[in-house]
Amino acid sequence: MPQPLNYLKETASQTAGPYVHIGLIPAMAGFDIFEKNFSNVLTTPDTEGERITLEGKVIDGTGTPLRDVLLEIWQANAAGRYNHPADRSAGALQQEFRGWGRAGSDFESGLVTFETIKPGAITDRAGRTCAPHINVWIVARGINIGLNTRLYFSDEEAANAADPVLNLIEQPIRRSTLVAKRSERGGKVVYSFTINLQGPEETVFFDV
Amino acid sequence: MNAQAPALQDPRLNRPEPLAPPLGDGGFFQRDRSIHPPAHAPGYKSSVLRSPRQSLLSLEGSVSEITGPVFGHNDLGPLDNDLIRNYAKDGDPVGERIIVHGRVLDETGRGVPNTLVEFWQANAGGRYRHKKDTYLAPIDPNFGGCGRALTDDTGYYYFRTVKPGPYPWRNYVNSWRPAHIHFSVFGSGFAQRLITQMYFEGDPLIPICPILTTIPDKDALDRLVAPLDLNASAPFDSLAYRFDIVLRGQRSTYFENRTAGN
Repeated sequence: MPQPLNYLKETASQTAGPYVHIGLIPAMAGFDIFEKNFSNVLTTPDTEGERITLEGKVIDGTGTPLRDVLLEIWQANAAGRYNHPADRSAGALQQEFRGWGRAGSDFESGLVTFETIKPGAITDRAGRTCAPHINVWIVARGINIGLNTRLYFSDEEAANAADPVLNLIEQPIRRSTLVAKRSERGGKVVYSFTINLQGPEETVFFDV
Repeated sequence: MNAQAPALQDPRLNRPEPLAPPLGDGGFFQRDRSIHPPAHAPGYKSSVLRSPRQSLLSLEGSVSEITGPVFGHNDLGPLDNDLIRNYAKDGDPVGERIIVHGRVLDETGRGVPNTLVEFWQANAGGRYRHKKDTYLAPIDPNFGGCGRALTDDTGYYYFRTVKPGPYPWRNYVNSWRPAHIHFSVFGSGFAQRLITQMYFEGDPLIPICPILTTIPDKDALDRLVAPLDLNASAPFDSLAYRFDIVLRGQRSTYFENRTAGN
């Protein structure tokens, strides 16, 4: 017998369940408990960058929007810098922009929205430029382990075409499942997305 | 806890410490999906229409995954880890008073410091304070059912609450959830993000729970069951349960031998 390695094993995932809001967004469960709450608004008045609304739905195998899903997003700032010590790229850090938010879908429509800024292009650790993107993590009743995906931006065609992660996707047609579509509504910039859990247009999910 | 920490201040793991390579900023260890429930687990019916059917695309940890949100004490309030007091209106909530404590570790055995742990649960009767929960057990006016804590420098966390009750749910005609507490943990990188559930030693509903039994690995299932920890209990006040949570370990970058653009 060789020497034992004795690594610990990761704790098994379990579904967030239908009442995930109690713990993570208590106001949606119908009560007020914490002095300070996390939300779907990532910006403060001082945040630098183009203000955008992210708006979308998560769709089940019958084409029905999930109405009890919770999304979290994690993103770089407008200079392409993550607010975390492991990002050693040159972009300027904005200490007050955490770059993270969470949102529950509307209990009737299933719509999920975030108010944030468009992130800048990111320089990865190998020095490559990556197209601007937002990392998304999805949990809900019936989802046994959180799903990781990304949102890219429809007005970044050239950057998307060169992005090393999008280019890992074998079928070009599937790359479009990660691209949020830009529009303007009442003077606001809106990026719309659809996350399909199943079907011919199933979104690309990552084993990160 | 009356502002006192529970008795166990320096918890040690009752298992051998693995050799921890130097802490680096490499990607995370490849996730062993055989210990996690599969996305499509027909015994848990809700998973059928909500499970991706294509293969996940494996992504070597990039800067987007090895980074993640950082939280601090400014994000929390003083009662956030005290579920007995954080929603009390005219008295204490009904139920068995318990302390839940443990460490957040990574796969190398190192504590994960200053990471956010969030928890939520049903009340002692098995009812959630949630507008969508219609179970006939009553809402407890003094119990909200959620809390959160930051781990300390060693990865240690604790909170106090009442033991949740089991409750029925629509899966089979007579499916009951074992008593459980939901946990959400961040770690240092977004790839470590994890939601899980803690169960209680000795609960006879554990082996027949359609959600718990989605986990294919018996040892992985057992690791979700918190033992009674009498040593950490508060005499004449609260029993204690111990629940350690393990997040993915991080690879080290021993040698920088990649050329740029490679």
